[in-house]
Amino acid sequence: MSPEHWTRPSRSEDRGHADETAPAATSAAPTREQVIAGLRATSEGGADLVQLLTPEGQRVSHPDFDIEISGQQLREMYRDMVLIRRADREGNSLQRQGQLGIWVPLLGQEAAQIGAGRALRPQDMAFPSYREHGVAWCRGIDPTELLGIFRGTDHGSWDPNRTGMGLYTIVIGNQCVNATGYAMGQKFEGMVGNSDRDPNANEATMTFFGDGATSQGDVHEGMVWASVYDAPVVFFCQNNQWAISEPTERQTRVPLYERARGYGFPGIRVDGNDVLASLAVSKWALDEARSGNGPVLIEAFTYRMDAHTTSDDATRYRMDDDLQAWKLKDPIERLRVYLLREQIADQGFIDEVQNEAEELATRFREFCLNMPDPPPERMFSAVYADESPVVAAQRDEYLDYLSGFADAGHDTEGSVR
Amino acid sequence: MAAPTVEPTGSGTAQPQTVTMAKGLNMAMRAAMERDPKVLVMGEDVGKLGGVFRVTDGLQKDFGEHRVLDTPLAESGIIGAAVGLAMRGFRPVCEIQFDGFIFPGFDQIVSQLSKMHFRSQGRVKTPVVIRVPFGGGIGAVEHHSESPESLFAHVAGLKVVSCSNPVDAYWMLQQAIDSDDPVLFFEPKRRYWEKAELDPTAEHLPMGSSALLRRGSSATLATYGPMVKTCLDAANAATEDGNELEVVDLRSLSPLDLGPVAESVRRTGRLIVVSESPPESSVTSEVAARIQQECFYSLEAPVMRVNGFDTPYPPSKLEEGYLPDLDRVLDAVDRSLAY
Repeated sequence: MSPEHWTRPSRSEDRGHADETAPAATSAAPTREQVIAGLRATSEGGADLVQLLTPEGQRVSHPDFDIEISGQQLREMYRDMVLIRRADREGNSLQRQGQLGIWVPLLGQEAAQIGAGRALRPQDMAFPSYREHGVAWCRGIDPTELLGIFRGTDHGSWDPNRTGMGLYTIVIGNQCVNATGYAMGQKFEGMVGNSDRDPNANEATMTFFGDGATSQGDVHEGMVWASVYDAPVVFFCQNNQWAISEPTERQTRVPLYERARGYGFPGIRVDGNDVLASLAVSKWALDEARSGNGPVLIEAFTYRMDAHTTSDDATRYRMDDDLQAWKLKDPIERLRVYLLREQIADQGFIDEVQNEAEELATRFREFCLNMPDPPPERMFSAVYADESPVVAAQRDEYLDYLSGFADAGHDTEGSVR
Repeated sequence: MAAPTVEPTGSGTAQPQTVTMAKGLNMAMRAAMERDPKVLVMGEDVGKLGGVFRVTDGLQKDFGEHRVLDTPLAESGIIGAAVGLAMRGFRPVCEIQFDGFIFPGFDQIVSQLSKMHFRSQGRVKTPVVIRVPFGGGIGAVEHHSESPESLFAHVAGLKVVSCSNPVDAYWMLQQAIDSDDPVLFFEPKRRYWEKAELDPTAEHLPMGSSALLRRGSSATLATYGPMVKTCLDAANAATEDGNELEVVDLRSLSPLDLGPVAESVRRTGRLIVVSESPPESSVTSEVAARIQQECFYSLEAPVMRVNGFDTPYPPSKLEEGYLPDLDRVLDAVDRSLAY
């Protein structure tokens, strides 16, 4: 397929249809209203949106991305989404009850993440932002392993090398350049595009970021490098339409997937609430990367159904109408309807998954409540690969200082003497 | 140093009132924007949301989207665009959402913002203010609790200040906006909700000056930002042991105004410098080095420092140990007095 197929410019006539009432542009540039209408083009309006399962749970075909998925795999992805959503909701509750400093909800983005996460192969590498609980789940990271970051006991507890999942990255967009570098390494080591052995053994990298991050220089640089080195990296942008309080039109005037054209690689907009489409497009993109065809940008068009974090109050800046409209596009509900209607699963299975979700929530909560605080010496550990004499001296001095309290039966409000 | 004059605002806020630091900062921006139509506020979420700490609350509503800009999520863009706007005669007040997010903009700060005046030999001025909520103690995740002020104090061409209370917040931010030099304005985020009586018609110190906040005789504490309250609390606690501590709020970290510190040290003979930042090559190192040089014959003990550690900021369950507290300050006072 030619790159033009993937990256054709948005057609102004489509924009006109999206909002007939928008004022006419006085120049080639679209009006602000047209920009917003274009960006808001959803499963109803976006001609380029890849969708395999409608919000009503109807299986539809796509000329380029249809995919054979077994009943077993569909049931597993349903289970993935229900379980990670339940853990996510429990994270919110734990924060409200003072057990976590903050929680970053993934509500509404389960399909985007599970589809992408299940497309990854064990030898692949994922570079997440900080909302990728669903991707972590697919990489075999138990949700309890996420808790330390939000309870403040660690900055990430899993081993990126063992799990193929980088640690959560909080500075927006940083991970996109790191992912490109990692993918360059995969290529330099000859792990890409080998046709003389099992093509599925080739490697690829996928990095996750949001619509807000696309404004960061690091994301641009990651894409430039990826294109120049033909790095096997898939840029998976979850466009949940909000960067805290700022809607997508604060970041762009073209749909984000179209930006790929400027870098010279394919850009695809997928229905981010459709786990089948997310899986199909992600598999295709990763296979492009691992076979040596270079990077792909995927824009998973979805919606942040909860606040940015538990510290955020979304009612200050967005209308409830949008939220209500997106509730009808729920990623789990559409798959449930499809599974039942097509008799791929019965109600017994649905109930069983729900019970399993409750068990996970209980285990998640109990784990959280029983997490020990890290010992003070942890602060000084592993700052360098070679122990720093400066840090070691500060550690010794600090531990010595602390031991003085124990001897003195110290009262925290008073002085140390 | 020529003190920039700041006229009291005419916006009906001239009555003394009790305000939080967040409110004091908000009032300062409002006053500056009313006085000068070239003053802009720009940053992520500063408009409709009013900032994640609500420091810019209501400004977009009252001044419009052209003066209070919800910017794309890009710190290099915020600062780089502010440089360009400043070259065009605007006075941008940029908000960086959290200390640890300033680094995508570090290049623009160091390469352009700080050097434009020197490069052009004064033909181009870049009166940009960069507001940075900084420091720890709020139980946050990584990159939300850092104290990077020393990195900026090290850069020639930048002024670096930090307020410690609502009254200073109000005056110092207006002075920073009025300054023709770029100013890094560090706001102690865990003190945002501390209150004080603000009289917008009262006298106030000029920009660039430190302030003696408490008289004593036993030892001097020199500090800034969030640690000023900690040091004042420590000084109160020290009286139980019969020690009277002087406390100097440095306020300006670059340039440093060490006159009041040196005068104090000549009285007390002992100095403890306190900040949350890692100690190595920091503002506290600079204060210690210069006071040792200037007050060598007055010192009864080596200058002590109480800082965070030379480690990355720890997970929040450990931050109580990382952050200097009353006990660690008094421990240093004891060690100084024991000399």
